[in-house]
Amino acid sequence: MRAPLWLLACLVVAAIAAPVVAPYGPDDIDLAHRRAAPSPAHWFGSDDLGRDVLARVLHGARVSLSIGLLAAAVAGASGIAIGGAAGYAGGWIDTLLMRATDAMLAVPRLPLLMIASALLRPSVAMLVALIGLAGWMETARLVRAEFLALRGRDFVEGARAAGAGHTRVMLVHLLPNAAHTVTVSVTVAVARAILLESALSFFGVGVQPPAASWGNMLYAAQATLATEPWLAIVPGVFILITTMSVNAVGDRASAR
Amino acid sequence: MTRFLFRRTAQAVPLLLLISALVFALLHAAPGGPLAIYLSNPNVRPQDIERLRHALGLDRPLAEQYWAWLGAFVRGDWGYSYSDGRAVAARVWERLPATLELVGVAIVAAVVLALPAGVASAVKRGSRLDRLVAALAMTGISLPAFWFGLLLQMIFAVLLGWLPSSGRTVPGGGDLIDHLRHLVMPAAVLAFVQAAGWSRYLRGSMIATLRQPFVTAAAARGVPRRRVLLRHALRPALGPVLAIVMVDAALLVSGAVVTESVFAWPGLGSLFTESLARRDYTVLMALLMLASFAIVALNVVADAAHTLLDARVALT
Repeated sequence: MRAPLWLLACLVVAAIAAPVVAPYGPDDIDLAHRRAAPSPAHWFGSDDLGRDVLARVLHGARVSLSIGLLAAAVAGASGIAIGGAAGYAGGWIDTLLMRATDAMLAVPRLPLLMIASALLRPSVAMLVALIGLAGWMETARLVRAEFLALRGRDFVEGARAAGAGHTRVMLVHLLPNAAHTVTVSVTVAVARAILLESALSFFGVGVQPPAASWGNMLYAAQATLATEPWLAIVPGVFILITTMSVNAVGDRASAR
Repeated sequence: MTRFLFRRTAQAVPLLLLISALVFALLHAAPGGPLAIYLSNPNVRPQDIERLRHALGLDRPLAEQYWAWLGAFVRGDWGYSYSDGRAVAARVWERLPATLELVGVAIVAAVVLALPAGVASAVKRGSRLDRLVAALAMTGISLPAFWFGLLLQMIFAVLLGWLPSSGRTVPGGGDLIDHLRHLVMPAAVLAFVQAAGWSRYLRGSMIATLRQPFVTAAAARGVPRRRVLLRHALRPALGPVLAIVMVDAALLVSGAVVTESVFAWPGLGSLFTESLARRDYTVLMALLMLASFAIVALNVVADAAHTLLDARVALT
């Protein structure tokens, strides 16, 4: 059962190759063929400016997938750093960092992000940072627990006695032991980041038009549900396929 | 128990203070500050903005503003809405019933869905039923809630015309049936997404409990299987799940924001998106603090409930 991994690979390849594979440019306006229903010329139809939905959804994949992957990387890295420091150092550092983690967990994530992006009008790079910084807490808790359990073990003391510094102990001796936990939680973070980007863009505070993202295509489609349903169906199906594949990969990884 | 509640409450206070400082800083450090929306309005003169800034105390140092806000907020004075000048508390209270209704119905529906699904898939592990539930749960967890809402609207409101696409009643207020017809779709969206996660947790927790010696012992004593499952196993298995159900209040807050705006449900979620569009800082601040307060409080209740259900868990 490697179906989800293959699906993801296909999506990533299609996104990277979008300028070559897509039948039209994402911003090619064709006013003669506005709001066209799906047909051989426009597989997924066209929007209110006659732009090809397939072309936009493939170019949107570049934005949505990059945000998902990079934001999860930011979340994972911050989570490892914060959780690792807390678990390894213990004492007041641990208390301080874990209280901050609790505080962040007690603020509803999507509303907080909506406020931040509405006020800051972020670029894609900043959106990655915002979504990443709103998603490190789960990883931090898990990494802390792993480090806390491992730091008293003999191999750590051995490494210390052999002259390894704290950073080296954490990165070389402790982190590999937490690799499995980190992998699973970062996989979940990828799916969550993709969902958050789509929700933010759906509310008009994420990726700004004319650039296409799966979320902002849905934002535009909202008004024409009755007359051009394909505009709302296609991007949503792409989001669902992606998050389901990512979650399936994570599920398999955690079962191992 | 009293000591436990007392201690946890004492811990919650600094946590909430930290959150309030974070949120306050985020809102007020933004470019332009709370009055940014007036800067682009040609009908508002610069001297008016200065006067407003002074009248609202926005020209004072941030720390001082925060103390003033905090002192007032704790005493129940949540300030006045920037957009319509009414008391924030009044605006929140009038929207609260709609949200409680939606979220309450959704939670009950989600539990009704998740309970049998979780127990059945744990008892019949690896069966066709288990795989079906797993696939449904995976869909629910991965589904963008707002898109699911749009899809339901497309099918049941636009295509079939069975249900109203948005709102809480027909204009002017309808009868109970009308009310329920409006409630079905938004509640279904919230319930399905929640039930997906909960059924998975319950399955895992139930499988772990069924392996425990006391379950085997009960079966060996000749306790009927049904009773073993529902009384001996389900009760302790529910403990951790109940904790998650309560903690998921955080997800429900986000879910309510999304679902309420898709379906134009006139609750706190819609109040949030409206206030965000108008940069209504006082309302946003109050809503975020209420949500955080609810999440922190539910966490404490969840821990307490966990012990009541499972005697092996000690209060710490």
